[in-house]
Amino acid sequence: MTVTVTSSNSSCPAKAGHPVNTDLAGLHDRSVVTGSPAFAGDDERGGYWRALPFICFIIAIAFAFAGAPAARAYTAYVSNEKGNTVTVIDTEKFAPVKTIKVGQRPRGIDITQDGKFVLVAVGDDDTIQMIDAATGEITGTLPSGPDPEFFAQDPAGKYLYVANENDNTVTIIDIEKRAQVGDVQVGVEPEGIGISPDGKTLVNTSETTNMAHFIDTQTRRIVANVLVDARPRFAAFKSDGSELWVSAEVGGTVSVIDPAKHAVTAKISFAVPGLRAEAIQPVGINITKDGKTGFVALGPANRIAVIDAVTHQVEKYLLVGQRVWHMAFTPDEKYLLATNGLTNDVSVIDVPARKVIKTIQVGDLPWGVVIGNR
Amino acid sequence: MTSRARIAVALCLSAVLLTAGLARVQAQAPPPAEFTIGYLHRPPAKSAISLLEVPAPNDGVAGAELAVADNNTTGRFLGQHFTLAPVELKDGDDPAAAVAALAQRGVTLLLADLPADDLIKTADAGATRMLVFNVGATDDRLREEDCRRAVVHVGPTRSMLADALAQYLVWKRWSRWLLVTGSHPNDKLFADALRRAGGRFGAKIVQERTFEDTGGARRTDSGIVQVQRQMPVFTQSAPSYDVLVAADESDVFAAYLPYRTWDARPVAGSAGLVPTSWDASFDQWGAVQLQNRFIKAFSRRMSALDMQAWTAGRMIGEALAHIHAADAKSVLDFLNSPAFALAAFKGQKLTLRDWNQQLRQPILLADGRTVVSVSPQEEFLHQVSELDTLGVDRPETKCRLK
Repeated sequence: MTVTVTSSNSSCPAKAGHPVNTDLAGLHDRSVVTGSPAFAGDDERGGYWRALPFICFIIAIAFAFAGAPAARAYTAYVSNEKGNTVTVIDTEKFAPVKTIKVGQRPRGIDITQDGKFVLVAVGDDDTIQMIDAATGEITGTLPSGPDPEFFAQDPAGKYLYVANENDNTVTIIDIEKRAQVGDVQVGVEPEGIGISPDGKTLVNTSETTNMAHFIDTQTRRIVANVLVDARPRFAAFKSDGSELWVSAEVGGTVSVIDPAKHAVTAKISFAVPGLRAEAIQPVGINITKDGKTGFVALGPANRIAVIDAVTHQVEKYLLVGQRVWHMAFTPDEKYLLATNGLTNDVSVIDVPARKVIKTIQVGDLPWGVVIGNR
Repeated sequence: MTSRARIAVALCLSAVLLTAGLARVQAQAPPPAEFTIGYLHRPPAKSAISLLEVPAPNDGVAGAELAVADNNTTGRFLGQHFTLAPVELKDGDDPAAAVAALAQRGVTLLLADLPADDLIKTADAGATRMLVFNVGATDDRLREEDCRRAVVHVGPTRSMLADALAQYLVWKRWSRWLLVTGSHPNDKLFADALRRAGGRFGAKIVQERTFEDTGGARRTDSGIVQVQRQMPVFTQSAPSYDVLVAADESDVFAAYLPYRTWDARPVAGSAGLVPTSWDASFDQWGAVQLQNRFIKAFSRRMSALDMQAWTAGRMIGEALAHIHAADAKSVLDFLNSPAFALAAFKGQKLTLRDWNQQLRQPILLADGRTVVSVSPQEEFLHQVSELDTLGVDRPETKCRLK
């Protein structure tokens, strides 16, 4: 297996990042070292060769070492809004391994809870496509309603909640039945969707109404509306359900909301020296499972803010590619991947070190990213 | 009982029942707070060189109606309901009388698409009781020597439009301009703004020409034959230049220039590459959602005036969502406060310049098919906001708000 580690990593030399990140090549080497013990571990989630049979030399080695513990390698899927593709990335090598052609304007992307399907919203085709995670083939669609952009699953993996910007609704889809089972009328231009860890509360943000709508998933009725700053894009709960964070792209803030009281309890603002305030446009939010650290992608500010999620203070700004939009943790939370729309690449962040360690070229206008176990 | 009497009784009974029913509904949820937004305008122009440019009868009003609909969607969650009260002034109608009539109806917030002098009369008639949102007039003087505390300017000025164009032309290294101006006063004002913009951003006007409006119809069945001979001759023997910049707000000649200049040169200004607050082809920063919503509601495409009226309506909706009070002073105070930031599909927040209450905004450069660029161009820096590289900036202003 050591052979595989060496060969796979050397086949993918540290790519020079954006010109400003010239100090990253060395850091990449270090990440390889920290990454290899995991590779040699006895994780049952291994066998990623099944998902990626096209890397023939990996298959060959895997067969040669049949029975040997496989790597903790994950697979990341990046939707490329303009390229009409999904780039598949091996998170051990941090290199693209496949490009899947999908429908028009792929944006929102997720993996079903059973890991079998990658779901991608193709807005201009008015549907959500289902990609078989094992084969990379599109095998079906979900009736998302018109122009789906963003969606989320309930924790049980039964329902999908889709924001339909054109008709001010959130559409509810039964994933197994592949059928619409209801909808909720919300504000103008619904966008972000967040689901409480217990699955009881769905939060939708509406971009022109500037609210976070709290919806009871049992009754499918709005129970509260919380006014936030202009153009709210993304809603993320802490894993213990104690806080909801909502980013306001044009307002330039993240509102921290108490989900029980439906009240804004704190507001996170951002200031980057030398950068005009209008360029700071928070979109994607990812909070670690322990609830201690939050990452907020700041769009055209070309930075990700690292936030102490307890005190809500910004601790650091990480310089990434241009127009950073959405992010995803690897399941072990060692790495965070972020899509940079205008530079057509994905930044890899070492989460404990809080450093950008690598940049991966993907398709045109990368938008969303999701990382599966295999 | 005659049949007419029977109908009368039935009507009375149903009215009583309906009232009772409504009362029960009201007992369940308090009635929403009602707000009426006024919209004062003169009829739009009826002709244009291009059929595509002839304004719709509801140009502007439709944008305000869409904003009211958007505000009402939000209002469902806030207990607010908005209504638009459009008033069209006929020739000779005094705006002051219309303002008085709207004030009688409880209107305190008024969108106005009026020429500069009418706008000043409107603002002065409303005094401090009414806040006027200027959605149409591009005159710089309304934001400068003739500025009023009671007016918020939503659409861009001529100087903002000219600066936006100049920044792009200079970035493109098309810095030698042939400036052609129409013979009407508003054409000359736009030419003034273009000259100022050229000076600010380093373009040189190599020659100026005036296109006299000698009258006559824009639409004749064989007019194109004459135009094809006329325009090359008119633009002949110019000193070496990079781009022809036309100032023709009156729409007399500029639209005839592209592809007909003596020298093979692009056209910009009032035709060719045009600076504007909105274009029906614009789809960036979520704009396609607004375009779709507009087309669905009005079965036509959204004009710049529609967008300016929509923006004003949304500024009002945004203010009332936060302060729940529609009096002119409260709304103006909110719009001037740091709490105000409008999302209007321009890629960044729009705010008010506190020295003259002009809305800061990026300007689109459209060629009639697509949006070629959006200014400010990033090379032009500013210590406060890059948006303030467009138009008259704080140190230059002649406005003293009162």
